[in-house]
Amino acid sequence: MTANTLTIDAARTALRKREMTAVELTETCIAAMNTGDALNAFVHKTPEIALEQARAADARLAAGDAPDLCGIPLGIKDLFCTKGVPSQAASNILAGFKPEYESTVTSKLFDAGAVMLGKLNMDEFAMGSSNETSCYGDAINPWKIDDRNLTPGGSSGGSAAAVAADLCLAATGTDTGGSIRQPAAFTGIVGIKPTYGRVSRWGTIAYASSLDQAGPMTKSVRDAAIFLQAMSGHDAKDSTSAELAVPDFEAALTGDIRGKKIGIPREYRMDGMPAQIEALWAKGTDMLRDAGATIVDITLPHTKYALPAYYVIAPAEASSNLARYDGVRYGHRARLDAGDGIVDMYEKTRAEGFGKEVQRRVMVGTYVLSAGFYDAYYNRARRVRTLIKRDFDTVFADGVDAILTPATPSAAFGLGEMKSADPVQMYLNDVFTITVNLAGLPGISVPVGLDASGLPLGLQLIGRPWEEGDLLNHAYVLERAAGFVAKPAKWW
Amino acid sequence: MSIDIETARKVAHLARIRVADDDLPALAGELSNILTFMEQLNEVDVDGIEPMASVTPMRLRRRADVVTEGEMAESILKNAPDAREGFFAVPKVVE
Repeated sequence: MTANTLTIDAARTALRKREMTAVELTETCIAAMNTGDALNAFVHKTPEIALEQARAADARLAAGDAPDLCGIPLGIKDLFCTKGVPSQAASNILAGFKPEYESTVTSKLFDAGAVMLGKLNMDEFAMGSSNETSCYGDAINPWKIDDRNLTPGGSSGGSAAAVAADLCLAATGTDTGGSIRQPAAFTGIVGIKPTYGRVSRWGTIAYASSLDQAGPMTKSVRDAAIFLQAMSGHDAKDSTSAELAVPDFEAALTGDIRGKKIGIPREYRMDGMPAQIEALWAKGTDMLRDAGATIVDITLPHTKYALPAYYVIAPAEASSNLARYDGVRYGHRARLDAGDGIVDMYEKTRAEGFGKEVQRRVMVGTYVLSAGFYDAYYNRARRVRTLIKRDFDTVFADGVDAILTPATPSAAFGLGEMKSADPVQMYLNDVFTITVNLAGLPGISVPVGLDASGLPLGLQLIGRPWEEGDLLNHAYVLERAAGFVAKPAKWW
Repeated sequence: MSIDIETARKVAHLARIRVADDDLPALAGELSNILTFMEQLNEVDVDGIEPMASVTPMRLRRRADVVTEGEMAESILKNAPDAREGFFAVPKVVE
């Protein structure tokens, strides 16, 4: 076993005991990253920065000033602005963009001593569920069952592939409709989307601002607690960042959920749901019951309207957020013909710079916000969103502590298999995760088993707002009961 | 809701994305499908329900109306595709 396979928890102990140095750990991860090119997970490597940060971490460790992430090598999703390092949201429209500033999330991680190995592949502007809309090409799932390449999920597909393949100890992800939890489930790792407002969005390239939250993707629930702690907290630069104290998430992992009430939402039992997903869900329910929790059936009546509401609200926000990519201030500008005016410049630049799915969502958003349709689509979707949140409020008011659901409607599918499908078919991947973003709640995906073909499957736990600690504790119990230890066989 | 070719052309222009004439029928079809999917929302009774403005019940904070940062023109222009003499450069805007 080499050090790149360690959890954050195990590496933290080894570093503090000086059983290895941060430089040694980082060199091992750089080697793993360099042998992992077939996965197309890391798209901009930063080994020099990593080694410099590792040397600084070793100095802090030697001085006895070592926060939890001190010397821990991480991958950073390409959506986070990192100073002087390409940050292009996997889009050609940000080709060549090197931010002059550091995102709040990466600043906090670096202040805590973390090491950045490089930037990770993703769907363009986080719009996708398979990492197939990236300007860098598909990221590939390290899990394989035949000669096909499978998707690691999306949009945080590079993050998921890198963590599952042990190219790094953990990675940042972002989640607007399931982009942390779905790829985590497809690759057998843990991913948590915190409560909206827990993590600052400043310096994270925006997709849909009322839904976007960053979070960790890790090899264990404990690692998720440690990592989330370091990312969280109020930030004056993000007006939606919550002015709330961040509790000690790791201390919440008591493993005791006796007397807790777990809700099983009947609307998540979809028509045509694969029997394996149903069985996994029942198994997870039994695990929590065996741990002393009370299981109750609950109803979230507006669940079926979450997807259509999301696909009004998210494109509407995206069309507004992505208006800034105009070829003037940063990134790509189209080559212009003689006589072209400024509107030609905008239109050609955006046609060349945005991929098909991004163009589609920007245009859908433009349409639903346009005069005459604003009330019929956008305001109606926002009203439905109020009802979706109210469903959860009611359940929590009735004393439910956490909600257990499948994380995804299937295991990872083959890259290219959905290419010819209607875009709406791809959107269905997020059917279990999207309600959580609309309601602003914390949600976590935990690997619980393998399907008949040997691919990982995950379950999702949804928690009360601001109670990530309690949510992580439920996930910790599920993780221990499931005892998921499978790893993809190395082929890359 | 069915989107015709003229509407698709108008939406593309509003979004400032150049779409070739040959691609407009396919675009109109895709947009129509997505909008049909959204029409499920019409089944929901939303009478008296407020559109959500903020998912967490918090008031947006205000700050003092003072300059907090500035004097960084070089930094701001550094990533511009075309910057000249301390300004962003664009094609002629005013005839």
